[in-house]
Amino acid sequence: MRAVISVIGKDTVGILAAVSAKCAEYNINVMDVTQSVLQDMFVMVMMTDISKMNIDFARFVDELSALGKEKNLSIRAMHEDIFNAMHTI
Amino acid sequence: MINQKDILETITMIQDENLDIRTITMGISLLDCCHSDINIVCDKIYNKITTYAKDLVRTGEQIEKEFGIPIINKRISVTPIAMILAACEDKDAVKIALTLEKAAQTCGVNFIGGFSALVQKGFAHGDRELIEAIPEALAVTEHVCSSVNVGSTKTGINMDAVKLMGETVVRAAERTKDQNCIGPAKLVVFCNAPEDNPFMAGAFHGAGEPDCVINVGVSGPGVVRAALAKSKDLDLTGVADLIKRTAFKITRMGQLVGTEASKRLGVPFGIVDLSLAPTPAVGDSVAHILEEIGLDCCGAPGTTAALAMLNDAVKKGGVMASSHVGGLSGAFIPVSEDAGMIDAARNGCLKIEKLEAMTAVCSVGLDMIVIPGDTTAATISAIIADEAAIGMVNSKTTAVRVIPAIGKKVGDELSFGGLLGSGPVMEVNPVSPAKFIDRGGRIPAPMQSLKN
Repeated sequence: MRAVISVIGKDTVGILAAVSAKCAEYNINVMDVTQSVLQDMFVMVMMTDISKMNIDFARFVDELSALGKEKNLSIRAMHEDIFNAMHTI
Repeated sequence: MINQKDILETITMIQDENLDIRTITMGISLLDCCHSDINIVCDKIYNKITTYAKDLVRTGEQIEKEFGIPIINKRISVTPIAMILAACEDKDAVKIALTLEKAAQTCGVNFIGGFSALVQKGFAHGDRELIEAIPEALAVTEHVCSSVNVGSTKTGINMDAVKLMGETVVRAAERTKDQNCIGPAKLVVFCNAPEDNPFMAGAFHGAGEPDCVINVGVSGPGVVRAALAKSKDLDLTGVADLIKRTAFKITRMGQLVGTEASKRLGVPFGIVDLSLAPTPAVGDSVAHILEEIGLDCCGAPGTTAALAMLNDAVKKGGVMASSHVGGLSGAFIPVSEDAGMIDAARNGCLKIEKLEAMTAVCSVGLDMIVIPGDTTAATISAIIADEAAIGMVNSKTTAVRVIPAIGKKVGDELSFGGLLGSGPVMEVNPVSPAKFIDRGGRIPAPMQSLKN
């Protein structure tokens, strides 16, 4: 099972570290990261493996969203299937 | 691997363009709740609904969280109550409405639909009693929705029922005049009512449906409009293609949520209703799509053609995205629930006659239209008859949900709050159709019905 974590907002120091730390804390493996900065908008997309995570996924979503609020960013974790459903036939 | 552009497109649709799943609706058959004693019926109904739907809201919320897509409503539809009432000796339909309300509150759903009667060809036992009870039932409950089917392509139009429904709409408004006339906002009069519609207020669980089923209604006018706004130089073939592609993506989301909900609840998956359902929120309007296509204001000449193309493209895009498509499927044009329609009605560009023409090419009918409080029952009946005729002849669903604003006149405003929105009182042609309505009887089924 895989999930996509997306981070969108103003670029600040330590975003990648903070999100990866959360993943490590709950045994979520980061498989791939792409990031780009458009003007000062920071966009990061992480593909993660959640099959061995040790937290309820819904709670993980809340924790990331709270972390986002703290850092003034929009951080979402969404099940991979929603992107597959929408963009692949 | 999904690419970053696709991921960001999905997130933008949800975050900025109001993409959501409008409803997961659980259809529950109440046919096995029939009994001659109405108290036993009420117990059976309450127990069945609260057992079947006990996890509906929680499952919906779980899916919402995990997939990151808002699911605005969790709803229940049930067998038309008139069919259950037929077996009862005491035909006090309000008692059943109160039971439905209690069950809805226990389950935590937003609406429960099915306080309904199907009388397109005539009245069976229970039908008249149910219709008689609609104003009271809608006044004493908050979540119960009612619908009555008065015609179909196969059967023609039951004009006795049309007459009765005009009177019922007026009574429902008068009975709730202290609650902003909310009664008729929860009452739909149909022609060709679909039996698997997940949208309120017209949802009911048809007699041909399984014991329990999950139907999903998608939304997404904001997404279609945003896609069009980014592609200003397309010709209309290009516009139709773009709408199709967008509708495909929206519907895939509905299909995913529907199959997931059905799997988790252990209930068969019924259909996805491919509808563009607006909300009063800014950026979630069907009227604004039409304006993006090139009309200065919804209601201008050209509106019907633009809507016809939109409605068709939504279906073409959506039909491949889902294994089963059903319900109403098309573009909704409820006036009070659509910010663009409200503005167009306020500034006089959109009139009831234009809306009537639009209903010939979209998925429903005259929906959420506030009319003057002194509109006669005969006039409302005649509006219903006109709509039913459009549906009957074109083999499509049409409906009327008009709200007589008691004590208000053209230009005043009526506000319901929430998804039902608010709207200006619109002008109705005052010339009397009373003699026509008083004739009663049935309008025979048209040639289109003879397909065998």
